[in-house]
Amino acid sequence: MSRNITRQKGEMVTFMLNGAQVQADPNWSLLEAAKFYGLYIPTLCYDEGLTPYGVCRLCVMEVGSGDRTKLVASCMHPVIEGLEVRTHSNRVIKTRKMILELLIARCPGSKKLQDMASMLELKEVRFKPLNDDCILCGLCVRMCEEQMMAKAIGYAGRGTDRYITTPFDMTSEECRKCGACMYICPACELRCQGPEAKTTLCSGCLNTEAVCAAKYDDAMCFMVPCLSCVKRPEDVK
Amino acid sequence: MTIDESRLDSIIDEYNAEQGSLISILQDVQAEYKYLPKVALEYVAKQLDIPRVQVFGVATFFKAFSLKPKGRQQIHVCMGTACHVRGSKKVLEEFERKLGIEAGGTTKDGEYTLETVNCVGACALGPVVVNNEEYHGQMTPIKVESLLKKA
Repeated sequence: MSRNITRQKGEMVTFMLNGAQVQADPNWSLLEAAKFYGLYIPTLCYDEGLTPYGVCRLCVMEVGSGDRTKLVASCMHPVIEGLEVRTHSNRVIKTRKMILELLIARCPGSKKLQDMASMLELKEVRFKPLNDDCILCGLCVRMCEEQMMAKAIGYAGRGTDRYITTPFDMTSEECRKCGACMYICPACELRCQGPEAKTTLCSGCLNTEAVCAAKYDDAMCFMVPCLSCVKRPEDVK
Repeated sequence: MTIDESRLDSIIDEYNAEQGSLISILQDVQAEYKYLPKVALEYVAKQLDIPRVQVFGVATFFKAFSLKPKGRQQIHVCMGTACHVRGSKKVLEEFERKLGIEAGGTTKDGEYTLETVNCVGACALGPVVVNNEEYHGQMTPIKVESLLKKA
C-alpha cells in the first residue's frame, strides 16, 4: 500500500479533498487536514490536546471513489496518498444527522448538542428522550489521564450499562478536584431555557430560517444561528 | 475485611507482575475468595502499577468477575431458549421461593447464590441447573428441594 512508501522528512501527502487536490502532513488525520483547509466538521469526542478516540462518530467522512466508498471516523483515519475524501456528501450528512439525533435523544439537556443540532439543521428527534447526562465521549477520562496526569476517572461496566466513574464508585484520593473533566464535558453545560424548553430539541435555535433577510434584504447577517430571527417550529413546517 | 497479602503476592509473582496479565491475576484472586474484594483489587493495582480505576473497569467489564461476595453454593439456572420453553422459569421461581432470594442474590447466611445464565450448551437436557459446576438436567420444580438438600 501507498503508506509503506518511504518518505523524506517534511514531504507532503497529496490527496483529493472534496474534489480538490490538496496537500497535507503525513502525520495528520483526515480531520486535522480538513480543519486546516477551513472546513467545519462537527465533533464531540475530539480535542486538539488529547489523543483521538473515535467514539462520537460525528466526524465521519466518505472515503474512496465510485461504488466502493466507505464511511470512516476522520479523527482516527490518516491522510493517505491519492485518497478521495468527501466531507459533506449526502451520505455523510445523513449519517451525521442520524448520529446526532440519537445523541440528542440521550442527552437533550446539553447546550453543545443543541447548538450542533441547529448547525446541522436537525429538525426532529424521533426517539424517546432519555434525559441522561453523559454521551460517553471519553473526553473527561482522557483529560484526566493525559493532561492532568491523575487517572482518577475511567469507565466501568459494559455495553448499555457502561458509565464513567471513580474507582469503586467512591471519592478517590487520585482526584484533585481540578474540574478539568467538567470544563471539557460537552454535556455538562445546560441548554438555554428558551421558548418551549420542554421539547427534546430546543426550538430556540432550531428552526432557523432568517426572517430578517427578507425584511432587511441586504442585511448581511452572518450570525449562526440568529436568535432574534427565530421562527416557531409550526411556522417553518 | 483483611486479606492475606502473601497469598496475593504469590498469585502476582506467578505472572511476573506483568500488567498484561491483569485478567489472569483477577481470575486467580476470584478463585481464591469467590469474589473480588475491594482491598485485594487495590493491592493488585498497587503491585502492578495500574491505575485503580482501570482495575475497577476490568473487574466490572467482565461478567465472570463479581465485586459482591458469592455464596458457597453457586446455583445457575439456565434460561436459554431450549430450557425456557421446557419450563426453566418455573424452576427458577421455585428456587427463589425456597431460598427466599431473587435471581442474582445471595442468601443471608452466605450459603447460596442464585443466578440465571443464558445457555450452558446442554440444551438436550433442558431445563438445566448448574450447581457448583455440577450439571443437573431435566429439572422440575419438584426436584429443586432434593437438589438443595443434596447440596
